[in-house]
Amino acid sequence: MKIHEYQAKELFHDYGIVVSRGAVAETAAEVRKLAGEAGGPVAVKAQVHVGGRGKAGGVKVAQTPEEAETAASEILGLNIKGSIVRKVLVEPASSIDREAYLGLIVDRAIKGVTFIASAEGGVEIEEVARTHPEKILRVEITDGVFPADAARTLAGNLFEDPATVEPVTDIMEKLFLLFLEKDCSLAEINPLVVTVSGDVLALDGKINFDENGLFKHEDIEALRDLNEENPSEVEAREKGLSYVDLDGDIGCMVNGAGLAMATMDMIKLCGGEPANFLDVGGSSNPEKVVNAFRLILGKGGIKAIMINIFGGITRCDDIARGILQAFEAIEIDVPIVVRLSGTNAVEGRAMLEGSPLIPAESFSGAVKKVVELSEGSAA
Amino acid sequence: MSILIDESTRVIVQGITGRDGSFHAGQMLEYGTQVVGGVTPGKGGQEVQGVPVFNSVKDAKAATGATASVIFVPARFASGAIQEACEAGVELIVAITEGVPVMDMIRIYHAVHAAGSRLIGPNCPGVISPGKSKIGIMPGHIHEQGNVGVISRSGTLTYEIVHSLTALGRGQSTCVGIGGDPIVGTNFQDLLPLFQEDPATDAVVLVGEIGGEEEEKTAEFISRNFSMPCFAYIVGHSAPEGKRMGHAGAIVSGGKGTAASKTDAFNAAGVPVARTIDELAGMVNEGL
Repeated sequence: MKIHEYQAKELFHDYGIVVSRGAVAETAAEVRKLAGEAGGPVAVKAQVHVGGRGKAGGVKVAQTPEEAETAASEILGLNIKGSIVRKVLVEPASSIDREAYLGLIVDRAIKGVTFIASAEGGVEIEEVARTHPEKILRVEITDGVFPADAARTLAGNLFEDPATVEPVTDIMEKLFLLFLEKDCSLAEINPLVVTVSGDVLALDGKINFDENGLFKHEDIEALRDLNEENPSEVEAREKGLSYVDLDGDIGCMVNGAGLAMATMDMIKLCGGEPANFLDVGGSSNPEKVVNAFRLILGKGGIKAIMINIFGGITRCDDIARGILQAFEAIEIDVPIVVRLSGTNAVEGRAMLEGSPLIPAESFSGAVKKVVELSEGSAA
Repeated sequence: MSILIDESTRVIVQGITGRDGSFHAGQMLEYGTQVVGGVTPGKGGQEVQGVPVFNSVKDAKAATGATASVIFVPARFASGAIQEACEAGVELIVAITEGVPVMDMIRIYHAVHAAGSRLIGPNCPGVISPGKSKIGIMPGHIHEQGNVGVISRSGTLTYEIVHSLTALGRGQSTCVGIGGDPIVGTNFQDLLPLFQEDPATDAVVLVGEIGGEEEEKTAEFISRNFSMPCFAYIVGHSAPEGKRMGHAGAIVSGGKGTAASKTDAFNAAGVPVARTIDELAGMVNEGL
């Protein structure tokens, strides 16, 4: 789960990390008022979950309250990679001397967490890692204990300034504590800056949380911004389905995440475009299938649907019964290819005979069929 | 032979009084697995599926001589259950539970290794040595005893592949579902040496997916240390970056962990990569 910069900064502040503190506004008039109160140049920053807002015109520095109001009216409502800007953060503009990147990630390779830092601040760290891997500093942690000495060494190398070693180490320790306590999967301060007056502070903040850890943290779950999430994906989560929206026109309903990915790949291989990833799980519950149909059709533009089920412990005849019941419960006017395989597949397919559902035996045959049908109904 | 488990493996079920634990204890017993007991704190003395329930893994192990444990407890209790099993000295711990927080896994991963136990999963279908024993939730009857080892990050997709292999008369020595989470107890390259040593295994099928770099590391391992024929299949070619595809670990981030990168790595290591399940089964059939 992602949160906004202003929320990340509040969490940083709670943990004692010095941030550039500002206030959030939803209208240009509010921004003008806040800028007036700040009494100096301010930064007006779009609050969206997607990256690259600076390049998209989502961050502006204003010298006067009037300029801030104009900046806000340009930023609010802006569409940044599909995210509409609803809130801006207004904060005093800092006089930056130097800037760096400091991040903490879950590191799958070492089964731990790793600090990543670079003196190249304010830019995409992946880009630095690709082009100048020697400029990336790392500290790996597998025992859950903050490595003070290694952190101090990293801090020393980051700004190459003895005066910043203690404040940077202190920020690292607090970030580490926050990361572990709140089940984060990523925490970034980009840029971490040294101001002309010598203060070290977090000018921007980004935190992602492990969805599986959220049950421990009601306070974090409360930070979720549903406006930033795909409506179908929000609905799917509420219904207990695993769904990801894609750009194509062939709806997919599959049991199991791996098989769902295999189905999408196969559709693409056969010249079609999958409209979604959807794992319905292994049950034969018609209600779940109804919900899945509604999700798939909800966004419009679907030309055909592929149902791909491997019956293991849940038998294919039970699954076929569930699909038929769901099909009767809602109106569907696109062709549906149903491929049943595994336990009692023959019986399951036989049950679909005579219904408008098109049974298929082989995986590749079913995909070829559904791609053909999607092209046919396009003509 | 087989790896990890066989007919002599004695298994306890942690969370046996729950719906899934009880159902699958029954399925495992039906398959012929030696399920010797179960554990649910506070429910010791009961019986489920004809096997005794104990209050702790320690009690269960002392009374039954169990060497393996399978975990069906809810996500919030899973790392505690794994810890209890490894502290009791259980050699093989199979965690079926989905949704375990990554931070819990980081902590427990190193604890399990330090204790000398082996953890499979979490978020996995388990392990089966066809005809001998199954510890997990896979449908036993689609498997057939044979000489192909299977290692996979997925569940249903693995059943699909096993089903295709069995249909071609290619049985399996052992199939291991290592789990779909970012951090799992055992990975591809941990299992390959076991298959190498197993006289019953003549080829290995690797089923990978987007996310992380385990497949890439495995490919490198194979090119240096592994001589048995290997065949790979990777899913998630059509997955967009930054989106989790069902499995917590199936995500391309920062341009890393793509299906293309994994496919290239296996190709470079001389491991043929199938584009479809049929092609994979065909490759194995012809390669043996």
